[in-house]
Amino acid sequence: MKDSMIRGADIVVRSLIAENAEIIFGYPGGAIMPVYDALHDYHDQLRHVLTRHEQGAIHAAQGYARVSGKVGVCIATSGPGATNLITGLADAQIDSTPLVCITGQVASHLLGTDAFQETDVVGISMPATKWNIQVRRVEDIASAIAKGFYIAKSGRPGPVLIDITKDAQTNFGEFNYSKCLGFRSYRTHIPVEKTAIQEAAFLINMAKRPYLLFGQGVVLGEAEEELKAFLDKSGIPAASTLLGSGALSEDHPNYVGKLGMHGNYAPNLLTNQCDVLIAVGMRFDDRVTGDLKRYAKQAKVIHLELDPAEINKIVKCEVAVLGSCKDSLSLLADAVNVNAYPDWMAKFQELADQENATVIQPDLKPTKPGLTMGEVIHQINQYKADDAILVTDVGQHQMIAWRYFNYKKPRTQVTSGGLGTMGFALPAALGAQMYDFSRQVVCVVGDGGIQMTIQELGTIMQTKAPVKIVLLNNNFLGMVRQWQQMFFDKRYSFTELDNPDFVKIAEAYSIQAQKVTERGDLQEAIEDMLIHDGPYFLEVVVEKEDNVFPMIATGCSVEEVRLS
Amino acid sequence: MKRYTIFVITENFIGILNRITIIFTRRGINIDALTASESRLEGIHRITIEVTASEDTVIQLVNQIEKIIDVIKAFYHEDESVVYQEIALYKIPVSRLDGGLEKIIRQHNAKIIAAEPDFVVLELTGHKEQTQELLEILKGYGLLEFARSGRVAVAKRMLTIDSFVK
Repeated sequence: MKDSMIRGADIVVRSLIAENAEIIFGYPGGAIMPVYDALHDYHDQLRHVLTRHEQGAIHAAQGYARVSGKVGVCIATSGPGATNLITGLADAQIDSTPLVCITGQVASHLLGTDAFQETDVVGISMPATKWNIQVRRVEDIASAIAKGFYIAKSGRPGPVLIDITKDAQTNFGEFNYSKCLGFRSYRTHIPVEKTAIQEAAFLINMAKRPYLLFGQGVVLGEAEEELKAFLDKSGIPAASTLLGSGALSEDHPNYVGKLGMHGNYAPNLLTNQCDVLIAVGMRFDDRVTGDLKRYAKQAKVIHLELDPAEINKIVKCEVAVLGSCKDSLSLLADAVNVNAYPDWMAKFQELADQENATVIQPDLKPTKPGLTMGEVIHQINQYKADDAILVTDVGQHQMIAWRYFNYKKPRTQVTSGGLGTMGFALPAALGAQMYDFSRQVVCVVGDGGIQMTIQELGTIMQTKAPVKIVLLNNNFLGMVRQWQQMFFDKRYSFTELDNPDFVKIAEAYSIQAQKVTERGDLQEAIEDMLIHDGPYFLEVVVEKEDNVFPMIATGCSVEEVRLS
Repeated sequence: MKRYTIFVITENFIGILNRITIIFTRRGINIDALTASESRLEGIHRITIEVTASEDTVIQLVNQIEKIIDVIKAFYHEDESVVYQEIALYKIPVSRLDGGLEKIIRQHNAKIIAAEPDFVVLELTGHKEQTQELLEILKGYGLLEFARSGRVAVAKRMLTIDSFVK
């Protein structure tokens, strides 16, 4: 054996370092132990965060990836360790989050024998990954990791899983790392067609009521400046999807609000009054479109999209502009006329005023006794930094926090959009914070969701990550309860929770905690939390049976958006 | 609903077939037949899938298949724009042979490819309608076993896979 040969496990770690991974989230176990042994030698170059559950590790990697724009990395052992990653993989797949997940696998001679902690993780994870592979030979480790990082980050990003047998980790091989720069079956760069730009510009220049919808594609394509420049010139009103929030400052004059089931009134309703609809880096999720048969039928649709499979998948478009929206938006900005649509913008304003009077003011400045979720977010807005990151879980609090949080910078929004994964927020906030301890990370979470991954308070304790956790506690699975109230005759079937003393739990993890039940104490509590040096847990007891409005009920059209 | 042939040009990568078939399963679409083979180029495989669906659905399927990292190219054709064949084998007990069978074999252009003491095996190559017709007839001869391959097909269009493999 040559002196230059090293263990497969060392190759794993050195490959990660070669890919500029700085931090990985994981949990050890039998089949991944050689890699953990190798990590011990490299802890000055590669930081490992021990979560309390593999699901926590992958959500943390997601939070890290979403905030940093880098590939999130997590590692787990075979069998249950690997299967615990599946929810996070599915979440990252549907939200296009770049991840490389490494799982240990039983030794190759045991594959297929139902060995201890053996599971077919490549098979199980196939529908939930952009790409996956099992590595059975030490000489294939480095190239698989190189390819994995390339696939995860390039094109439309997504999660990659690399399953490495234990013998591949313990055998010795040469380490010659070369980064993957592409391969023939996978094209990442799609040049924008000039004719598509001309056709799109023609439609836009003729339009009387053009309307732009932007999604996370703008953030993933780093096209925030191009979007702003296009809007500045074209004068077109623009609305954001859930994951698009942050791509454009909400202070921008063309910004008219948010789309979707609990988005703003005007942006949803006026979708059915525009004459040209420009969709940028978004995929017409059913939560955005409502009833598809009655969605923007009057409009000519222009779709700027990187993924060819999204074109005409849900909404048939007049003009498809394939390619990165960074390229297409800047080409389109050159091709469109300088314009303004004062009457059209006034319509948005008129409806926004209605929403403000009926929904927003009662949410943010309530006169009834119970605390609202909205006023908590409103208070956070008063004291947060401009680049504060909001991490939310799933449910009523998610919609309220998204509606009222004042997004000013890209990559300040971390939430589980497509999959709607309860339990996402706490570990994702930890991961976001691990990227940068100096940034404000506010984790807004409900009493249902936090209990799905509450064990990650232990990871926050151990890392001292200064996450500010705001628990909006209504002692209900609030969103399900709202649906039960509205669509199931108030039959509150298994949605009321008897909750533990959350403050005591946080304190048991040595996290400073406070509980607010009165409006008068809220402002000071939020100020205390945001200036606190270190993690902080703030429980706010909110009104039990508040509902989130506006709302487009299932099966309804965007123009049937309700204010109450 | 119409019958379509989907061609997939792919790297020879473990699990690729699985990745392709779950695209159908997830949408509740049945694959009528599937064949996989090497292509003219080394290391590149071609998979031929026969499916009955609307054109909109087939376009979605092809887009999703082409999105698979190790798939080089996927496209679809209607029956009219492909040349295709299927092979069928019929196993018949010797005890049921009679003079009528010779006529059937001649009429259908079938071949006897094996003769054992207890049974003979007939082979017919053609379109499904043809092999199906013979199947119905041979059921009257105590047919013991029947097997039909998936479709092997080439496109009529003058495009070679080399143009996708650069």
